[in-house]
Amino acid sequence: MTATSDLGFTPDEMMTIAAARALSNDDVCFVGIGAPSAACNVARLTHAPDITLIYESGTIGTAPEVLPLSIGDGELCDTALTTVSVPEMFRYWLQGGRIKTGFLGAAQLDRFGNINTTVIGDYAHPKVRLPGGGGAPEIATSCGRIFITMKQSKRGMVETIDFYTSFGHGEGGDHRQRLGITTAGPALLVTDLAVWKPDPVTKEFTVVSIHPGATREEVQETCGWTVRFADTVEETPRPSALELTTLRDLKERTRIAHQGGK
Amino acid sequence: MAQITTLASAVRDLVHDGDTVAFEGFTHLIPHAAAHEVIRQGKKDLTLIRMTPDVIYDQMIGMGLAKKAVFSYAGNPGVGLLKRMRDALENGWPRSIETEEHSHAGMANAYEAGAAGLPCAIFRGYRGAGLKAVNPNIRSVVCPFTGEELAAIPANRPDVTIIHAQKANRKGDVLIEGIIGVQKEAVLAAKRSIVTVEEVVDHFDDAHPNLCILPHWTVTAVVVVPGGAHPSYTHGYYARDNAAYLAWNEISGDRDTFLAWMKANVLDVGPDVFAARVEGLRK
Repeated sequence: MTATSDLGFTPDEMMTIAAARALSNDDVCFVGIGAPSAACNVARLTHAPDITLIYESGTIGTAPEVLPLSIGDGELCDTALTTVSVPEMFRYWLQGGRIKTGFLGAAQLDRFGNINTTVIGDYAHPKVRLPGGGGAPEIATSCGRIFITMKQSKRGMVETIDFYTSFGHGEGGDHRQRLGITTAGPALLVTDLAVWKPDPVTKEFTVVSIHPGATREEVQETCGWTVRFADTVEETPRPSALELTTLRDLKERTRIAHQGGK
Repeated sequence: MAQITTLASAVRDLVHDGDTVAFEGFTHLIPHAAAHEVIRQGKKDLTLIRMTPDVIYDQMIGMGLAKKAVFSYAGNPGVGLLKRMRDALENGWPRSIETEEHSHAGMANAYEAGAAGLPCAIFRGYRGAGLKAVNPNIRSVVCPFTGEELAAIPANRPDVTIIHAQKANRKGDVLIEGIIGVQKEAVLAAKRSIVTVEEVVDHFDDAHPNLCILPHWTVTAVVVVPGGAHPSYTHGYYARDNAAYLAWNEISGDRDTFLAWMKANVLDVGPDVFAARVEGLRK
């Protein structure tokens, strides 16, 4: 898909670029802040110039010059095709089934793509109170499919999540259908070490490609569950020079913009 | 009928101890100056509704004004967690607070239901979500036509909604543009409302016919506070002060640092300081 590059790159860069590649030019994508936002904008600035990016602040068809610090930065509105109210965003556009791909990050994730961004520990007496779901609970069930991106760690990728902020495949299999959810749910996980896809039957995330320089052992050592590997595990194509330059330029513009307080 | 007044008298007359108060503004147009006036007047036992409790709720909770927070995302956007809110939730400092947690879709629907005069909001939500088990206000109804089970939550009906907007005219009609969030719904859902604005103009002659306008008879008080959204931003007037959001992460990390900052920057000053804070951020 991309030419091999002689440039060096970090696992974080590989993660963002591999996630960007999963998006297509005709995607309509609901963008989560952080890592998903970087991936979606790299896609827009490389192979998917016509992609529609939507942020939950109501901005539709946005094309930010720098990555927003929040989901409601002025840059998103200034460059959007249109900006609608938040109730309209959630009712007509998300609930109405207009959005093909939801792109989420996660604090805690399990093997079935269930996400926790609410609490670590008990809900009533949390060890750590996280920000909560925001738009994610309905993004997870109303978008046609869900892509997830996060860095691997034993703390983040766990056997059992502490709270079901956003429902993935539940206990696996047909759990979504049993709850009356008609959308596909988690269809892709991109970490700093590998690309994962759900098993067609069990829905457990399975490693389909490992990034250059990473190993099966590392993937397992940084994951809290016993990892399943596909029968054939590919090597993720290296970032191209264009992909790397695009990502680095975007990050640099973003750094300068946010440093100055503008 | 909107009265054009001062921030001190609007807050004194319209916000009472024990009230349910919504401060809205979705990253954009967050009514910081008004929140600081509520803190200066030491209002107590407030139930605070806000989709995205960020710095202003960290400040009000940290100063002990809140008995309950109703929300859907409690974070410093793009920066991290809310340390004062966490201290209240995890350690009960300066007091313990109750929470009622929703999703954004839930909160947006609840405001819309409030504006529409309905008792509850009905939507396709919370499927498989853990919030259903911890928030007894998340229930369900069955569609009488299709049999589909849908989420139902109570409408948001604040005693007072407080927002910031670009401008008002002399009658008190209010114009909001850019990321408009849930402000219109939140004002229409409330019994009373306070709108701080950047300026009052004679006419909206140049306004696009579809701009979001709240007629003066839907607004209780209008107050001119230039810069009143800082460190949030006002589209067309000044940019977001991202550095201030980053700095808040440090200020809020320690109780004493927080209290000292609040004294110097909130308790000992008035709304007139906001204009200078946005001077370097104007376009």
